[in-house]
Amino acid sequence: MFPTPIQKYSIPVNILYRVALIVTLFIWLMPLIAVMLTSIRTYDDILAGNYWGWPKDIAAIENYSAIFEDGRMARYFLNSMIITLPTVFGTLLLSSMAGFSLAMHRFKLNILLFCMFIAGNFVPFQILMIPVRGLTVDLGIYNTYYGLIIFHIAFQTGFCTFFLRNFIKELPFELIEAARADGATEWMIYRKIILPLIVPALAALGVLEFTFIWNDYFWALILSQGDGVKPVTVGLDNMRGQWVANYNLISAGSVIAALPPVIMFFLMQRHFINGLTFGAVKG
Amino acid sequence: MTFWERNQLKLAPFLFLAPAVGLFLIFVIYPIADSIWVSFHEWSGVNRYAVDDEGNLKNFKWVGLDNYIYLFTNDDEFYVSVFNNIKWFFFSLIAIPFGILLALFLNQQILGIRWVKSFFYFPFVINAVVIGIVFTWFYNPKYGSLTYLLGFFGMEPFPILSDENYATYGIIVASLFPGIAYTMIIYITGLTAVSKDMIEAGRIDGASGFTMFWNIILPQLRPATLIAVVVTIVGALRSFDLIAVMTGGGPWGSTNVLAYKMYEDSLFNFRMGYGASTAVILFILMDIYIAWFLYRLFKRESTEK
Repeated sequence: MFPTPIQKYSIPVNILYRVALIVTLFIWLMPLIAVMLTSIRTYDDILAGNYWGWPKDIAAIENYSAIFEDGRMARYFLNSMIITLPTVFGTLLLSSMAGFSLAMHRFKLNILLFCMFIAGNFVPFQILMIPVRGLTVDLGIYNTYYGLIIFHIAFQTGFCTFFLRNFIKELPFELIEAARADGATEWMIYRKIILPLIVPALAALGVLEFTFIWNDYFWALILSQGDGVKPVTVGLDNMRGQWVANYNLISAGSVIAALPPVIMFFLMQRHFINGLTFGAVKG
Repeated sequence: MTFWERNQLKLAPFLFLAPAVGLFLIFVIYPIADSIWVSFHEWSGVNRYAVDDEGNLKNFKWVGLDNYIYLFTNDDEFYVSVFNNIKWFFFSLIAIPFGILLALFLNQQILGIRWVKSFFYFPFVINAVVIGIVFTWFYNPKYGSLTYLLGFFGMEPFPILSDENYATYGIIVASLFPGIAYTMIIYITGLTAVSKDMIEAGRIDGASGFTMFWNIILPQLRPATLIAVVVTIVGALRSFDLIAVMTGGGPWGSTNVLAYKMYEDSLFNFRMGYGASTAVILFILMDIYIAWFLYRLFKRESTEK
């Protein structure tokens, strides 16, 4: 192991390491701690100039109920859910099918399609912006959940197909051959053999995609208008204008907007890391 | 044997791929081509297919390379944006050494380290709007903690985000917060794959500390480094969210990058063709990079076999 395990050093060094760990962590998370503290501050506290200290009075309930009072924040939050969950499901479905085919079927165009999906990951969003906006208008899905969901699925399928194709490629091909010899249809192979085997990869991708889609800001800006379908990222940005100097409310809104991916991350931590670092280990 | 049974293996790929490829062609590939086409036109964004009495498109006018010529010869903001993109490109790479350092620092097995690590990962899952809001406060000259910090060293408050020369750096620093978290995650996983035998061999040869890291550890982290460089640079060239949230391109356009400039030109100044030409330039820059990455990837795949 590198660096040398801390246990091989003297006790003072060990204590020092642990202290250093906590101090670094504290400094690292300071911006987020400040937001959390400010979200439970009273407005008077902020007026008095107490921005970074411990709150004088705890106003957690007041602040958090205030941001949900006019119903817009709740709407944005719900919109984010309505957009994110179907997108994650749709992306995983489409990309697992595509990934299965690219990994297990031989046909012309295989490599070409694979390259297309990889290359798609690197496309700057801006080159898609004008036509995608136009397309959603023409299809009548501009400013609807469908517009955002369908576009996100289309785009995210690139990354997920790339990921799953490589994952499925590592599975033993004999499994498939044996199933084919037994007369299994390709759909049965996908459904009964491949899908159960790629559950870890799907979990990893699922968490990752949840975070990506939930945190999307650009496409929400481009493909939505008004409060109806706007997700919480753009919503929070708008509310910031309305709340002006009510930093306690802005902070509470920020905590709400950041919470679902954070919870997801803690629940599925191992999967999350697996997804992110795919390829980082394998040479 | 039915038709299906006989031809299944030939038809299956088509059926399995159709939905994914279809959507991808419609919403990713076609738009790229269309953007390039739009970039040769003048168009305000309304009614693209409207025709005049003679049957010519009246809102969507062919102008050849005019948009590009104007971009390169007449638009100072374009150069400001390109220059800012270059700053983003280089300075965001700072996330890599920091990511390695933190990963090495955290690569110990003590009680509770798993929790400590996950708290370090935190910034990565938080959206850019929240990060942007936090850092905007941090820089706030009246009560931001940066002002306290500067005051501690006896320095005057410094309004980074409203200073033309430094605003971009202020935003890049904000981007490093999630950026470092990401590279650190990559390196922590990379470190678990480092060969124990080689470390032992190195120890026997008397390597330790920095020599060990430089000659034995770092070469083995190459796959991790490749991924870290790729995600960092793609992220840097894509930077948009933080700029939109923190400065909106200001002050006086000084924090513009190609991605943000394009958005403003198209949707606020109603110059779709012009915006598209900026997007094409960004696309070409990214393409050079994609080509390099694919080349590396395939060289790796072919050496494996």
